[in-house]
Formats: sequence, structure tokens, C-alpha cells
Amino acid sequence: MSHNSLFAGIDVGSSFTKVVLLDPAKNIYGSDIRFSGTNLRIAAEHGLHTALQHNNLDSRIKRIVATGFGRKNVVIDNQNISAITEISCNAKAAQFYYPNKALSIIDIGGQDTKIIKTRDGKRISFKMNRKCAAGTGMFLEELALKLRVQPTDLNSLASESSNPNSISSYCTVFAATEILSRIREGAALEDMVRGAFHSVVKRVMEIDVLENEVVLTGGVIAHNPTIVEIFEEELGRSVFVPPFPQLFVALGAALYALEEGTSI
Amino acid sequence: MSKRKPIHAVEELRNVATDYYQKLDRASKDPFQKVAWCSSVGPAELLLAFDFKVYYPENHTAMLGSSRIANKYIPVAVAQGYSPEICSYLTSDIGAFLMKETPLTKAYRVEEVPKPDVLVYNTNQCRDIQEWFAFYARTFNVPLLGIHSPKNIEEINQSHINYVEEQLKQMSDSLEKISGNDFEKKKLEETVHLSLETSNLWTEVLETAIVVPSPFTFFDGCIHMLPAVVLRGEQISVDYYRLLSQELEERVENGVAAVENEKYRLYWDGMPIWGKLRVNSEQFLELRACVVASTYCNSWIFSDLNPQVPFSSMAKAYTGLFINRSESSKEKYLQEMTKKYQIDGIIFHNARTCPYNSNTSYGMPKRIEEQTEVPNLVIDADLNDLNVYSEEQTKTNIEAFIEQLAGI
Repeated sequence: MSHNSLFAGIDVGSSFTKVVLLDPAKNIYGSDIRFSGTNLRIAAEHGLHTALQHNNLDSRIKRIVATGFGRKNVVIDNQNISAITEISCNAKAAQFYYPNKALSIIDIGGQDTKIIKTRDGKRISFKMNRKCAAGTGMFLEELALKLRVQPTDLNSLASESSNPNSISSYCTVFAATEILSRIREGAALEDMVRGAFHSVVKRVMEIDVLENEVVLTGGVIAHNPTIVEIFEEELGRSVFVPPFPQLFVALGAALYALEEGTSI
Repeated sequence: MSKRKPIHAVEELRNVATDYYQKLDRASKDPFQKVAWCSSVGPAELLLAFDFKVYYPENHTAMLGSSRIANKYIPVAVAQGYSPEICSYLTSDIGAFLMKETPLTKAYRVEEVPKPDVLVYNTNQCRDIQEWFAFYARTFNVPLLGIHSPKNIEEINQSHINYVEEQLKQMSDSLEKISGNDFEKKKLEETVHLSLETSNLWTEVLETAIVVPSPFTFFDGCIHMLPAVVLRGEQISVDYYRLLSQELEERVENGVAAVENEKYRLYWDGMPIWGKLRVNSEQFLELRACVVASTYCNSWIFSDLNPQVPFSSMAKAYTGLFINRSESSKEKYLQEMTKKYQIDGIIFHNARTCPYNSNTSYGMPKRIEEQTEVPNLVIDADLNDLNVYSEEQTKTNIEAFIEQLAGI
């Protein structure tokens, strides 16, 4: 294997497509994050090209592993692609960053939230949210839309509050309506947004018991560090957040690609 | 991609099903022939002993599910005040009836469901069956008879049996009047005998899957269970299972696997997702995972039937169903099944509208995993209502579960 070789992980999520390129020494050569949009194949192709820094370096790619909701839609010319679920890729990346630790990994994505458990370097279980957007990125996106703020502004709003206003509704649609009503009655926007973040954390903690070390990953964590604070408050202990939480699953896929590419 | 291996007996199964529904249709039009509607684990043997032709709405509604048309009918029943959260067998069946449509027309050239002279249920399976049948009893203005079974049973005792036996005898008195026929013990002994034979042969069929590799899958079982459900107590079901059993024994002798290169053996707890039977079975086939056994197909095993004591043995067999048992009793059963079939993983189907047949609400999957050390996966879906089913999420869950078993 040439030291110029590259190994790609492409995570085609319901909201965003993420790409990570690794060199043989497991250093990140390039990465990309973009909207998945309606054409998942194009999103993956363009993401890969951007991660290659627009150089015509396709021949350096030795292996690609696709993952995420759209993993079966990835087609790249002249490339052999295998598909592995985002659950396995997430656990793979966690074992890379936190080797030999028993972990509860939380991945909060656009439409899915998962809790994956590993022990002795092996994945032992996983649980996913039920068919409901409560506790996912979609809940926060819907809320931002109703409040007429950018989803990326939610974190700074929540960080300004020290008095979260709790939300009783479970349903995404009813929760957004409840928040608007409370604001009309005089509640502070910041307190309501922090309350919504608490709601996300509560929903996640209902999926499974969080044992051992907790790792937080996914786009919602990457853009909302206040949620990490809330998790630590609720758990009463520190949690791990990897360097690039939104690229975590794509990194796991790239690690699989490296394994597959070097075992050929 | 691997292909599903057809079971040749399915041709005969088509003939059996066509003959069954066409005979029912003729009976419905014959003023001298009485028709009874019966719940799927109701007292069929008693009805047959009075010469009723017996129709099972649950088979009808499973056809609505498997032909993926249930969601056309559910809203019709919901508009009549039936909650979308209750049994989707009930809502889709009543909806189809109100729209005057039936899948029997396309499948068997039968224009409408047979008209009942009496409706008979047993609450051993659930509460909803009573309301479902009550709708038709009001609509057709015919008697509604029910067995009210004791629930949540740890071990069956004589008082449970006596309680149900007494109800069966009272029901027999009512059926005598409705049918116009006298009760003949010999006839009941004969129908119980035939049911027991059907049950024993169905057990033989299901147990061929103990062999590695298995010649038979849960998805095959969902198709081939029809005679055990709608024709138990009749010779035709006995004949059919002799044929099927022979074919599967030949598969075993020749080492024919239902799933080519079977690598993982799974157990399915809960209802099938009728509209996704093919999708689910093809995904498992592709993953080289064979769903070798299930609580659902085993539910039509009635080994406690005994022609010599027909009433009390019917009481015992129908009260002892898995669905009617306590959590700890169910857990013991699942532990046994896991060992018997060398199970690598268990799939629990959490059916949104069927809490009675979903064992996911009181922490059982976690306990079973601790007891057996066999990992499990919970799938959120439904028996008929595909609006609560997410194909991508389900497929990803199953794929990730198999990756977990593979140690990926």
C-alpha cells in the first residue's frame, strides 16, 4: 500500500452528508459537510470531491465505506464501495478515540437518536428513538422555524439562560406551539430555548440507561455545546465529546475503509 | 443476491384456501346452512361439532395487511369512532366491511364475507376481539357469545380449567339452540381429535427448523399456518400438514437450507408485519439470517387437547396460550425456545396497535438478554397499520443488529 493512499468514509445522513478522508497513518487528510438535499448520490460525490480539496486525486482513494441513512445510494465512478450501518461506524470511531473503555455513545442526528454501548472493544447493544422526532435534530429545526431564528442561533440563546422553562409537550409540533404560547405570556425566549434543550436531553435519556463513560456525538452536539452542559448537569459527571462530533460516523466509516483497504 | 426457495406444497395450499372460502360463500347463501364467526384461538371444535361453517375474521384482516391495503380502510373505522391506537386488525376489517370491499374477491372470487348466524370469541388473546365481534353482532343482529378467560397466568390450575370449561358448556347449550342441532359428544370428540392431529403435525413442521441449517423460516410459517388457523378440527388440515411435513423432511435429508449459507439463527417474538413480510424475509435472506422460530406460529400448537375429555382439554389448551400468560411464564418459554432452536438473536416486534402480542412494554427484552445472554432487537412497527412503520429505520436496525452478531 502506498503512503499516498486515501480511505474515505461517507456518511449520508437525513440532513447532512459528511465525508472524512484518512491517510494510512489515520490522519485526517480532508473532510466535508453539506446538505444531503434530494439527490444523495450527488451530495456524496460532491462531498468527496471537496474533501479531496478539488484536486484530481481520485486514483489515490483505495477504498470507500458508505454509511448513514443514504448509504445504499452512494455510487462513485471506478470505486468499490461497501455499506456499513452508522451504528457500527459510530462504535468504530468511539473505539478509536477511547480505546478499551466501556462506553455509552449518544448520537443525536437529524431524524434519529441512538444510544450505542460498547464493552471490551465490542458493540454490545444499540437503541434508536421510536418513530418520532422528539429528541432529534428535527425537533430543534422545527422549533427554530417556529421562532423565526436560525437553527445555529439556538445555542447562543440557550447559553444566555440560567433558568430553563420546562416544556410539558412531548410532540414536536405541540412543543413548538407551547413555547410560542409561553413567550406570548411573557416567558423569556432564552429560557424557553434552554427548556427545549432540556427536553431533548430528557428524551435521549429515556432511550436507554447511560452506563460507564458517556460520549456525545452528532450534528446536534457539534452545533449546540450547551446540550453537553445539560447532559453533564443531568448525569452529575463529565462526558466525552470527540474533536469533530458531526464527522464522527464518517470517521468510523473511513476507519473501516482503511481496514478493508489494507486487508486486500 | 440469494433467492427465496419456494415450498412446493404452496400450490396445494392455494387449493385448500380457495376451497375453504368458496364453501363458506356457498354456506352463506344456503338458508339451511349456518355460519359462525370465530376468533382465531376460539372454540372452533365446538362450532364444527354443531355443523357450523366457521369463518375467521383475523385471517381476512391479515389478508388486508399482507396485500398492503389496510391503510385504505383504517381511517373509515376511525371516522366511526374507533381509535387509531386500537387493534389495526379490527379497524382495517371494519373499515373494509363499511366500504363493502374484501380481498376475498380478488383471491378467491368471493364477492363478500359470509353472513354470520352467530359470533364466538375467546378473550384469551385480547380485549379488542370482543369489541370487534360486537360491531358485527350489532350490524347483523345475531347473537354474540364469548369465553372470558382468566389472564396473566403463571401456571394453569384446576380452577382456571373449571372456570373456562363451565363457560364452554354454557356456550354449547346456546349453540344447540342457534344451530338447531343436538349436541353429540362423539362429534366433539372427533373434531377435538382432528384439531389435536393438526396441532401435532403443525408442531412437526415448525420443529424441522431445529435442524441446522433450517429448511423453514418464520416467514414461510406465516403463509403455511392458514390450515392450522382456519381448518383445525377438519381432516383437510391434517392432510395438508402431512404433505408439508414430508416436503420439509426431504429438505432436511437433502440438506436444503431455507436461507442459503445460513449464518445466524433468529427468533421472532410478536406479530408479523403483514405488509412487509416479503421485504423483511428478503432482507434476512440477504444477511444470511434465518428466522427459525416464533411465538406467533407456535400459538396454534394445542398439545393439551384430548378427545377423551373434550371440554376440559379445550379449556386447558386455549387458556394456556403464550399470550395469556404472566411475564415470568413467557420468559421461561422464550428461554426454552432460545436453547431449543440454537438462537443467536431475538427480534421483538413492538406492534403499535397490539400491546397484547407485544412483549416490549414491561422490560422483558432487557430481562431476557440478562437471562439468556442472547442479544435482542426491538422493532417498532405494526401488524397492519403501515403508517407507523419506517422502512429505512427498520432495515437499518436489522442490518446493525446482524453486524453486531457478526462482531463488526
